[in-house]
Order: sequence, then structure tokens, then C-alpha cells
Amino acid sequence: MNRSRLRFADLIRTGLLGLTTRLGRTILTAGGIAIGIASMVSVLGISSSSTADVLSELDRLGTNLLAVEAGASFLDDDVRLPDTSSARIRRIPATENAAALTPVSVDIVKSDVMPSGRNGGVQVSATEAELLDTLAGTVADGRFLSTGDGQLPVVVLGSEAAERFGISSVKHRPAVQLGEHRFAVVGILEPLVLYPDIDRMALIGFDVAENLFDSKRAPGTVYLRTDPDYVEQVRNILARTVDPASPSSVSVTRPSEALSAKAEVNKSLTNLLLGLGAVALVVGGVGIANVMVISVLERRGEIGVRRALGATRRHIAAQFVVESAALALIGGTVGVGIGALVTIGYAKRQDWTVSVPLEGLALGVLAALVIGAVAGLYPAVRAARLDPAEAVRPA
Amino acid sequence: MSVLQLTSVTKEYGGKPAVRALDDVSLRIEAGELTAIVGPSGSGKSTLMNVIGTLDRPTRGEVMIEGEATSAMSDAQLAGLRARRIGFVFQQFHLLAGLSAAANVATGLLYRGIKPKERERRSHHALERVGLGHRIDHRPGALSGGERQRVAIARALVGDPAIVLADEPTGNLDSKTSEEIVNLMLELNSEGSTIVVITHDNELAELFPRRVRVLDGRIDSDVQVEALIGAV
Ligand SMILES: Nc1ncnc2c1ncn2[C@@H]1O[C@H](COP(=O)(O)OP(=O)(O)OP(=O)(O)O)[C@@H](O)[C@H]1O
Ligand SMILES: [Mg+2]
Repeated sequence: MNRSRLRFADLIRTGLLGLTTRLGRTILTAGGIAIGIASMVSVLGISSSSTADVLSELDRLGTNLLAVEAGASFLDDDVRLPDTSSARIRRIPATENAAALTPVSVDIVKSDVMPSGRNGGVQVSATEAELLDTLAGTVADGRFLSTGDGQLPVVVLGSEAAERFGISSVKHRPAVQLGEHRFAVVGILEPLVLYPDIDRMALIGFDVAENLFDSKRAPGTVYLRTDPDYVEQVRNILARTVDPASPSSVSVTRPSEALSAKAEVNKSLTNLLLGLGAVALVVGGVGIANVMVISVLERRGEIGVRRALGATRRHIAAQFVVESAALALIGGTVGVGIGALVTIGYAKRQDWTVSVPLEGLALGVLAALVIGAVAGLYPAVRAARLDPAEAVRPA
Repeated sequence: MSVLQLTSVTKEYGGKPAVRALDDVSLRIEAGELTAIVGPSGSGKSTLMNVIGTLDRPTRGEVMIEGEATSAMSDAQLAGLRARRIGFVFQQFHLLAGLSAAANVATGLLYRGIKPKERERRSHHALERVGLGHRIDHRPGALSGGERQRVAIARALVGDPAIVLADEPTGNLDSKTSEEIVNLMLELNSEGSTIVVITHDNELAELFPRRVRVLDGRIDSDVQVEALIGAV
């Protein structure tokens, strides 16, 4: 009962007093921590927003899409899959949807306007009505090809192709010229993230392609959507199903793998930047330790008086740890705020859905607190070890 | 029971050559006394005060505060003793620049776990006792040297200690202000405080009822006014 006793609230108040008394130093020192925390939070925030973006794209597109193509051949430039490919693939029970796509060798120009021979890089391809659903694409305006189109000269433009022809709507019945034939544009597609090639295509039906342009039915590519639980199994039997005679001439790809890889790259880049942020944070912590050591030297007199007034070594140590932790906490809070703002600003500019993980922010503040307390430990021990008689002696 | 009793206290500082700052000092101080410890520079006055105030432990000998031996106490126990029973006043005031006069005085109660309200009430009272009731909210930076030392004295008094130790409290003050501070000490003593003042100023020491002269770490003379009067 004759012990010294420092109330917890008084300990906190005493620790903060050291900071408010030396405001300039407090701001500068807390700034170091703020930079470290801000960079870590914004790296985390930006990467999680960007990964969230990629993942939501993946989610939308699904990972159960496969593309079957004829492997490149030395002998033949225009390699094709067997005519029956689509039909065979549709017969696989796990196939939900499939559509063939085949290049058609005909020039396309916007009616009357562009001179013949300049198609602006737009490729005409023949395909089936199922293509849109198979690729999980959407129509920006009008409609997609349908099985009922038969011999009708109608065409659907990829987003980029439409842009090149200056067609943004099907309202006024725009038309394009495919070779000798005039085709009505009945639909314009939204961009297909995984298939930028199709964005530059003009799509027509197989029947009309065969009839007007003498196009073969053998597909260049078949896209298929499988039951999500059987993607790998389907993938394994696809080559043999499509071309039992020479399965090795068939290549099967899974477009979503490109996106998954992108997310992976994102992750490793994030880890690198996070490492840099951590280094900044440690440097900030060392800065705090430094300033606190200097502070202890300067405040010999104060420490001596507090000991004379009854402070124990623990009270002195606790005061400096609180001071150091509070210093880092201020820096951490400011840093988290800046980091969150940077993330939100960046994500807005990239048109991403903002994803600032709250646990991340709390973790940032906590990290600062821990770093501050640890950084304050050594100076605190030094302060506590000061001999009180020495400390009160005039320097 | 004496407020303070030193028995054969010796304090040696390590180093080469070792310095014997206090050499077999015995001293008793009773409650209600006002004592000046005088001596030339380097004679061991500050060492004596640090040992009395338990800021430093003697190499040999015993320091008893209110009948309690301090040599066996732990560092934390000594801190508790200082928090409750001993008040300090220093030559350089040692006030906290960021705190008002009242808050500075209140730190005298900080390490006793007393609630802030109560600390504030008692600090105002202590400031009034030293004649600074009108300077409660001033920061040390806005006070004169004499006023600062009064704040420091109030801080030493606020906890109602058994003994107040002041090491050269007038060392940084001009002679007129020094006299005011000594008069304050006399006044506080007449109100019941036990005070020990250390000074190298013989003239100032003359104003105190009891004068202990220290020379080379030994007590050279110990004179009480009553005894003096009796001798004349
Ligand atoms: N920490 C120390 N280490 C070694 N010697 C010391 C130490 N502190 C004091 N001394 C020595 O002890 C002796 C007494 O010193 P002290 O400070 O007690 O004297 P003082 O009477 O207070 O002098 P002043 O009037 O100048 O303040 C001196 O010789 C001094 O050099
Ligand atoms: Mg001295």
C-alpha cells in the first residue's frame, strides 16, 4: 500500500504529453511511419481492387470454357478441324454449349463509302447462333445471329469492327458490303475481354457463307462450354473426339487460364511492393527509436524529477513506450487514411470496384502500434536505467 | 522518532581515484525543523541530499526515514517512499514546460494514484500556500525564476511529505528573490513543514535556525539557534 501507483489514464496522458510538448518533432517522426503504412495500405488496396477486378471478370466469363483449334501445320496454312467437329463435341455429355468459328475469305467494306480492298482489318467469319452464349458475350445493340437466318444476308459486328465502320447502332438499318453482296447489320457486340480477335470480326451464318462465298464448313475453331465439374475430363478427350485419326493435330486451350495467370502476376507484384512498404515501415520504426533515444538523453532532468516524485523504473519505461507507440499510432492512422484515399482514387480512375479491406486498415494501425511499442522498448529501458541521482544533477 | 536519521553514512564513487563524497556522516533531523546544510563546492552537499532523499544509496551506513530503514528496501519500494514521504526542490526547478503551474504541482501526486480532480484541488491549495494563487494557469515559460521556484516548492509540498529537501533552491536566483524564497521556507516551516535546504551561501544559511556545515564529506559543525542563544 506504500507503493508508487500510476493510473492507466495518467500513464497515457503522460506519454502523450511528451508528444504535444515537442509537436514539430512528433509530426516529422510520425510522418515516417505514415509513409510506410500509407504505401503498404495503398499497395494492398490497389492490388486487391485489381485482383478483385480480374477475378470478377473470371467469374463472369467462367472457367469452364475451352477452345479447340487445328494445330499449326507446316504444309497447310489454312488448317481446319474436321467438318464434323461441332457435332462430335456437342455429343459429349458434359458439353453445355458449343459453337464453331471459321474465317471466310471475302472483303468487307462499309457500303458505298470505303473504296474496295480496304476493310480496315475487319475479318469476316462464319459462325453459329450458339457462339454468343458459349462465349458469355452480350449484344450492345440489335441481336445476334439466329438459326432462322438461313440464307438471309445479315451480319453482326464485333465492337471494334463496328467502331471502324462508324456504326454505333442498328436503328437506321446500316449495311456493309461483303464482296458483291450487301449485308444488313443486325447487331453489334459488346467487347469480349478474352477474345479481342472476335471484336474485330464481322460474323455471318454458315449457310449464307457457303452459299454466297463458297466457304467450307470445316471450322477453324470450336468454342465449348462444359459442365464446370468436368472441365478437365472433357479437355482430355477433346482431341480424340474431334479428330480420332490424328488427335495430335488438334490443340485445346482454356482461355480463363490467361486471366488466372494475370491474377497470379498481380499477386507476386503485390508481394514485392508489400515488401518495399514493409522496409519503409521498418525504416520508420528505426526513425522512432532514434528520436526516442535522443529524447531520453535530452530529458534526463525530467526523468530524474519523475523518479524523485516517486515514479518507479517501470513507470518511466511505460511512459516512453506509450509515447513511442502513440507516435507510431498517429503515423499509422494518418498513413491508413492516405493509403485508403490513394486506393479509392486509383481504383476510381481504373473503373474498378473499390476494394479496401477493412481488416487491412485495422491491421495497418495495429502494425504501427506494435512497431512503435517495439521501437520504444530500447529507449524506454535506457530511460528506466538512468540513475536518478545522476539524472537530477545539473548537467 | 526522528523524521530522518543517518548513521555512519559513507558514500564512495567508483573510478580512479575513488572519491569519498561522504565520510561517516551521522545526522538526525526532527519533525518541524528547518535546517540549512552549508559547505563549499565539492564538499558533498548534493551527495548528502541524494542519499537522504533515497535517490542514491550509501556505500555504507543506514538512512532511516520516519524510523524505517531504507537499505533493505527495493528500488520500487524506495520510489513509493519518495512518492509519499519526501519532497524535492532543485536548483534548476525541473518543471515540465508543457504543463501549467497547477498541472506541474499536481505531478507531485501523480505517482500516488490520486484522481485528477483531487490532484487539481490540492495543487491549487499548494500554489496558494506559496503565494502563486494568481498564476495557476501559467506555463513555466511565462513565469519569473522566483515564481518557477515557488511552483517547484509547491510541487514538493503538495503531497504533505515528512520532509522537503531543497538543493540550492536559490542558486539560479538574484539575492532579493533568494531572500523571498528563504522567507517562504521560514513561513512554511512555521506552518509545520520539515525542510532541509542545501546552500553554499553562508549569508543565506545565517537565516536558518539550524545550520549543518559540511566539509570534505564530513560534518564539520552542527549549530542550532537556540543553542547559540543559550551560549551567548
Ligand atoms: N557521479 C559521481 N562520480 C564521481 N564523483 C562524483 C560523482 N558525483 C559527485 N562526485 C564527487 O563527489 C564530491 C561531492 O560532490 P557533490 O556534488 O556532492 O558536492 P556539492 O557540495 O554539492 O558541490 P556544489 O556546491 O558544487 O554543488 C565531489 O568531489 C564530486 O566531484
Ligand atoms: Mg551540489
